[in-house]
Amino acid sequence: MSKIATKATDVADGVAGTSMDTVELTPGIAARLGSIWSSDIVWSFRHSPVTIVAALVFTSLLLAAVFAPWISPYTPFDPASLNLMDGFTPPMSTGMGSGAMYWLGTDDQGRDVFSTILYGMRLSLFIGIAAVAFAAVVGVTLGLIAGYTGGWVDALIMRIADIQLTFPSIMVALLIFGIARGLTPPELRDQMAIWVLILSIGLSEWVQFARTVRGSAMVEVKKDYVQAARLLGRKPHHILRKHILPNVLGPVSVIATIYLALAIITEATLSFLGVGAPPTSPSLGTLISIGQDYLFSGEWWILLFPSLTLLALALSVNLLGDWLRDALNPKLQ
Amino acid sequence: MNRTFLAAAVATALAVAGTADAETLRWARAGDSLTLDPHAQNEGPTHTLAHQMYEGLLQRDMSGEIIPSLATDWAVTDDPTVWRFNLREGVSFHGGQEFTADDVVFSFNRAQKPTSAMKELLASVAEIRKVDDLTVEIVTEGPNPLLPANLTNLFIMDEGWTMQNDSEEPQDIANGGDNFAARNTNGTGAYILDSRVVDERTVLQANPDYWGMGEFPLEVSEIVFTPIQSAATRIAALLSGEVDFIQDVPVQDLARVDQSDGLKISNAPQNRVIFFGMNQGADDLETDDIEGENPFAKVEVRQAMNMAIDREAIKRVVMRDQSDPTGVIMPPFVNGWNETLDAVPEGDATVAKEMIAAAGYPDGFTVQLDCPNDRYINDEAICQAVVGMLGQAGITVNLDSKPKAQHFPLIQNRTTDFYMLGWGVPTFDSEYVFNFLVHSASDERGTWNATGYTDTALDEKIVSLASETDTAVRDATVNEIWEQVQADVLYLPVHNQILNWGMKEGIDFAVQPEDQPHVKFLSYSN
Repeated sequence: MSKIATKATDVADGVAGTSMDTVELTPGIAARLGSIWSSDIVWSFRHSPVTIVAALVFTSLLLAAVFAPWISPYTPFDPASLNLMDGFTPPMSTGMGSGAMYWLGTDDQGRDVFSTILYGMRLSLFIGIAAVAFAAVVGVTLGLIAGYTGGWVDALIMRIADIQLTFPSIMVALLIFGIARGLTPPELRDQMAIWVLILSIGLSEWVQFARTVRGSAMVEVKKDYVQAARLLGRKPHHILRKHILPNVLGPVSVIATIYLALAIITEATLSFLGVGAPPTSPSLGTLISIGQDYLFSGEWWILLFPSLTLLALALSVNLLGDWLRDALNPKLQ
Repeated sequence: MNRTFLAAAVATALAVAGTADAETLRWARAGDSLTLDPHAQNEGPTHTLAHQMYEGLLQRDMSGEIIPSLATDWAVTDDPTVWRFNLREGVSFHGGQEFTADDVVFSFNRAQKPTSAMKELLASVAEIRKVDDLTVEIVTEGPNPLLPANLTNLFIMDEGWTMQNDSEEPQDIANGGDNFAARNTNGTGAYILDSRVVDERTVLQANPDYWGMGEFPLEVSEIVFTPIQSAATRIAALLSGEVDFIQDVPVQDLARVDQSDGLKISNAPQNRVIFFGMNQGADDLETDDIEGENPFAKVEVRQAMNMAIDREAIKRVVMRDQSDPTGVIMPPFVNGWNETLDAVPEGDATVAKEMIAAAGYPDGFTVQLDCPNDRYINDEAICQAVVGMLGQAGITVNLDSKPKAQHFPLIQNRTTDFYMLGWGVPTFDSEYVFNFLVHSASDERGTWNATGYTDTALDEKIVSLASETDTAVRDATVNEIWEQVQADVLYLPVHNQILNWGMKEGIDFAVQPEDQPHVKFLSYSN
C-alpha cells in the first residue's frame, strides 16, 4: 500500500510539471491541452500490450458486474431463495436439495458461487468507485482551498492531513466505520453498511488528493492569468472552479485510478475482517473470508474463485493506473 | 571430535526441548474469557479460565461428577434447611493468605450482590454463616436438596485481598464497569496468573504450593491460552504444531485433524443447547417495520417460526452431523428432560408462511437478528441459515453478528428483539434453566430472559422448586412448567452441540460434558 502511495506522489509531481509547462506555452486553452494529452495517451496505449490486456479484463469485469442481475443464474442476496441442503456443492455439480446446476459450486449456505461473485464484484466496484469519488471531492476541495487561501487555513488543513497520514489508512477506515456504525440506528444498519463503508474508505483516502491539488494550486495561484482574473474582480470560488481546477485534474485522474484499486482492496480487507458488507449480502472480501474457513477441509472453490476475481480486478485497475501515470509523465516519453 | 560435540549438543537441545514441550500446554479456543472477576459473568469460557486459578467448595471432574474441592465433605444437618460444609485445612491463596471460613462467607455474600452474575444460583440461600475457621453452614429458604449442584462454579476469593483492592462489588459488565479483580486473580487453584493480554494471550504457571499435589496428575507446568477466532487459523495452528490443544475444532476439519499424524479428536455430546429468543413482551419492537404492535407477541407467529426452522438441514450442512436437533431448550443430561419435549417440530416453510399471514401479516415483516460470531459452534452460519429459512416463511431478517463481548450485554440489558443464545446446565437440573431463562426478569431471577415473558403463576411454580423435597411433586411441577414453555413457544430451540476437542497424540484428556477442561486433570501418556 505504501508503494502505491509513493507512486501516487511521483505521478503527482510528474504531472504537475507537465501541466505547468504546457500552460506556459499555451495559456488558457484547455481544449488544445486536452487533445494533445489524449493523442499521447492513445499512442502509449496502443504500444503497451499489458495495458490492452488489463483494459480488456477490467472492462469485461465491469460489464459483468453492471449486468449481474441479467447474467447471474441465481439471486444470491435473497436469503429466502437459498436452499441450505445445496450447501457445499462442488463446481459443475447439482445441489442435493434442489437438484439445480452450479458452475462454480456453492458456499456454506447454498449460495451459487458464480452469482455471488458477480453480485459481490458489483458491490466491491460500486463501493470502490463511490469511495474514490467521495475522497476526490473532499480532497480536491480542501486542497484547492488550502492552496489558494494559504495562511492558517492551509496550515490547519494540511496538518490534519499530515496527522492522518501517520496512521495506516485501513486503521482510519476501521475507526470511522466503528463510529459511523455506532451512530446508525440499529434497524438501518444493514442498509447503511454500504454507505458507511464508502464514507470510511473515502475519508481515509482524501489526503493524497488534497496534498497534490494543494501543490498544483499554489503554483497556479502565482501565475499571471490567475492574477489577471483577480484584478478583473472575479470571486475566489469562480477562479478556483474555472481556472485552477482544470489545470490540476490530470494528476487527480491518475491518483483516482490507483486509489480505486486501493479502495477495492480496503473494502475487501474490511469485509474480510467482518466489519464491512453484511454477511447476507457478501462482497468479494466477505466471500474470501467465508472461503478461508474451508481452506483445510477440501471445499477449495469457495475461496479460490472469489480470490482470483479480486486479484484480476485489483491488478487490472492497478496496471491501468500505472500506465496512465507513465503516459502522463513527460520524463518517460 | 567436533562431530561428537555437535551430536551431544543436539541431543542435549532435543532433551531440553522435549521436557519443555511436555510441560507447557499451548491451548486455543475461539473466544476469550470475558473477565477474571469470578462472579461477574456466568459464562462457559469465563468459568473455564477461572477454574484453572480459582476453586469452589466443590467441583465437577472431567466426567461431570461432583467431587470435593475446597470443602472436604458436606451434608444436610438435622434441620433440612441447613447444609454444613467442612473446609480443607492448610490451603493458601496464591498471595500467601490462609484460606478460612471467612473467605467462604465473604465470597458467597459477594456472589449475591446485585452486580453478580451468579446470584440466581444462590437465590434459595437465606444466609451463610461461619461455625468455626474450617466449617460453614448455608441456610436455605426452604429445604434445598440440590444445593451442592449450584456451587460448582462458585469461586472462593480471599476476603482481605479483595477488600484491599476495592473489589468488594463484582464488576458490573452490563454497564461497562471495571475493577481490580477483573484484571488480577488470587485464587487457591492449581495455576497462578502470570500475564494476560485480553483477546490475545493468557499465561498461567503451576502453583508450587497447591494442596492437590498427588491427588491430580498436575503434569502441565505452564498454560499458554490463546483465543483464535478464525476457524481456519485455529485449525492451522493445531496442524502446524503451534498449539497442542484446541477446544472447538471446526466441524468441517474433523476428518482432516483425525487423519493427521500426531493429532487426535476426542468427542462427546455437550451439555449445551442452542436456541433463539424473541422479545415477545414489548409493546413494539425496535427493529421491526410494523408500527404500534409486536408480531412476536402473537403465539401463532412464534409457532410458525418454530416450524420454519429446518433443523435437519442445519445438522446436515452447517453442523456436518455434529449436533442433535431438539425441540426443547435443555440437553438430555438435565433432570426434567423427556423424549416428548425433545421431539423436533416438523419443518414446513409453506405452512409457516400461511400461519404468519393468518396471524395478520400477509406481507410478512422485517426484524433484526443479533447473533454472536465467536461463541458457539458455527453460530454465525446457523444464524444465516435461519435468516434464509425465515425468509421463505415471509419474515425478512437483517442479521447483525458480532463478538460475544458485544452480543451478551444486549441480552442482559434486554435491548435485543431477536437473538441467539446457547445454554449449558451446570446443575444438570431444569430449575437452573427456569431461574435464568423462564422466570420473569427480576433482580434475583430471569437475568438472561430477554423475551419479556411474564407469568406470575409460572414464576411461583419456579420459585417453589427450590424448597420442594418430595421428588415426585417436584418432577411434576417441572413438567408442568416445561409444558407451558413449549405451548407458548418461549424460545426456538435448534440443537444440542456435540463437542470435539482436538489435541496432540499423547495427551490424555477426556472431553468434559460442560466443555470445561480442567488442566490439572491432563496427563501425558508417553
